[in-house]
Amino acid sequence: MSTEMQNEAEIFRGTTEGKTVLKDHRSVRGTPKAGMPAFVLGEELAKMAETDPRIVVATADLASANRTNDFRDAHPKRFFDFGIAEKNMITAAAGMASCGLVPYVATFASFSAILGAEQIRTDCAYPRMPVRVVGTHSGMSMGFYGSSHHALEDLGMLRTMADLTVICATDANHLRAILRKSVDHPGAMYIRLGRGRDPVVYDEVPEIEIGRAIRLREGTDLTIIATGSEVRASLDAAATLEEQGVSVRVVDMHTISPLDRAEIEAAATETKAILTVEEHNITGGLGTAVSEVLVDLPRLPFRRHGVPDKYVEVGPPGALYASYKLDTPGIVEVAKDFLSGKA
Amino acid sequence: MAQPSNVSFAVLEDRAKFIRTETVRLTKIAGAGHYSSTFSCAEILASLYYAQMRIEPTNPAWEDRDRFVMSKGHAAIGLYPVLADLGYFDPSELDTYTRLGSKYGDHPDMKKVRGLDFSSGSLGHGLSVGLGIALAGRTTGRDYRTYVMLGDGELSEGQIWEAVMAASHFKLGHLTVLLDRNGLCIDGHTEDIMGIEPIHERFSSFGWDVQRIDGHDLPAIRDAFEALPTGTTGRPQCIVCDTVKGRGVKRMEMSLDWHVGNLVGDDYDEVMAELDAGLQPYEPEPAE
Repeated sequence: MSTEMQNEAEIFRGTTEGKTVLKDHRSVRGTPKAGMPAFVLGEELAKMAETDPRIVVATADLASANRTNDFRDAHPKRFFDFGIAEKNMITAAAGMASCGLVPYVATFASFSAILGAEQIRTDCAYPRMPVRVVGTHSGMSMGFYGSSHHALEDLGMLRTMADLTVICATDANHLRAILRKSVDHPGAMYIRLGRGRDPVVYDEVPEIEIGRAIRLREGTDLTIIATGSEVRASLDAAATLEEQGVSVRVVDMHTISPLDRAEIEAAATETKAILTVEEHNITGGLGTAVSEVLVDLPRLPFRRHGVPDKYVEVGPPGALYASYKLDTPGIVEVAKDFLSGKA
Repeated sequence: MAQPSNVSFAVLEDRAKFIRTETVRLTKIAGAGHYSSTFSCAEILASLYYAQMRIEPTNPAWEDRDRFVMSKGHAAIGLYPVLADLGYFDPSELDTYTRLGSKYGDHPDMKKVRGLDFSSGSLGHGLSVGLGIALAGRTTGRDYRTYVMLGDGELSEGQIWEAVMAASHFKLGHLTVLLDRNGLCIDGHTEDIMGIEPIHERFSSFGWDVQRIDGHDLPAIRDAFEALPTGTTGRPQCIVCDTVKGRGVKRMEMSLDWHVGNLVGDDYDEVMAELDAGLQPYEPEPAE
């Protein structure tokens, strides 16, 4: 078993050194091991709320899983647990926002984005309420919990909604940057997170602009445009490809809507090919969004890489990423096949 | 500024008539409109806006104002004239009702309609909005009241019951539901399509204080408002208003044919004359 897979097992089964412990989010998730970033959502919001009375936080019976309990402990009167009632939570957040508050509502992306899609559109985006809907454990990061708990369609569903900012956090520091920028951002936002153990891309809190991509690596033969959980693996794949003589630019396209069209145009004119990489259904997400820009430009080789348009197998997340070629070796393989003209 | 609570019933009766006649007039501009859902709540709306709510039409963003959420958004056609009449905007704007580019559509948009506290149209959402507004009031230390008008048909939406449960859990004593119990949804009587009775007991069993009144009886509405507790904590308040869908126009009363309709020619003039004569005693069709 690889180290990564061993970590998966520890996270999901709470198994350490052959001794099984009861699944308990606090004990398993609350004390991150060295080298594993903590889930900073609640902690960062709690810090921000010290100086900003507008910030309130809500969840739907997942305070420990998404660490909004860190906020609850610091600001109990500004924290609301709605129980397992996501629609009510999202709409109520819109009501709060209409009175000047800035609510952050967090639950698994399968329930915040997919179950709550109509509430996001009708009650948050349409009236331009500053509600920040947070989808944690997005993509297939819930692994063997199965497709009911995966969110591989959320970007496709939400990026078609007008007046809704859709943004993916790359890692813990990037999430901190997004949260800080989000407070005064106009209108509603969907913030897509992994499961809070995302590999580090940013050693420090980066300077970001919502709607502007971050170019992480220069190259000329290929641009990999990645988002969220796939940025780290794409960077590592680029390093491997470089060793093999392929010069690869890597772009962190954190904001899916509004999309950074200029950065895509730059890739199309300054590099020879574009590959998008996302932990999302191949239909409707980042790759589709990029293709909508490229269709107006002179042709260049372009490929979308993501999860095929079907419900994925169960398995530990690390095994799923490998199986769907969304880990570093997989991305290297896909990129080489793409550049060599193979299917 | 609180609306004066000593407004005479004659004035409220006249404003309820105004809501109905404006609904008929605006529907003619649109070519189709929700007459009967608006007629059923005319007395409630008039009582709320002209005699109950703490509002300041010259300052619609006043943070301490009472809030109103029209969850049954299709009755907005009766709310727009009230807002205009109170001075939120120029009544002549209503002449654009539903025409291309108008601020005033069949379902209300808070970003366009001055004085509207929240958008609506998708049934089942309004009580959650009101819940959030009430929670915000508590969080920010304000003592405003939040009123939500629900239709009876929309009680089939599950989200309503999420909010009903949450309101008592959060002890939102300053949240008031006004249930327009007009008995009909689009496909038939609610009790035939998806029964909700005994609705007062259902709200009560969820931890709400419930009053049940004749929703066309102005003194009863005032009494129900006066019985609402002050303070911002405690059991949330529900006033079940038994009403008649289409009340005020004989051909529409409890008729399934008039949920959406359009009066033309002599029919329009007849209905306007009927409304102008004031409410006549309601005589239900004898059961077959």
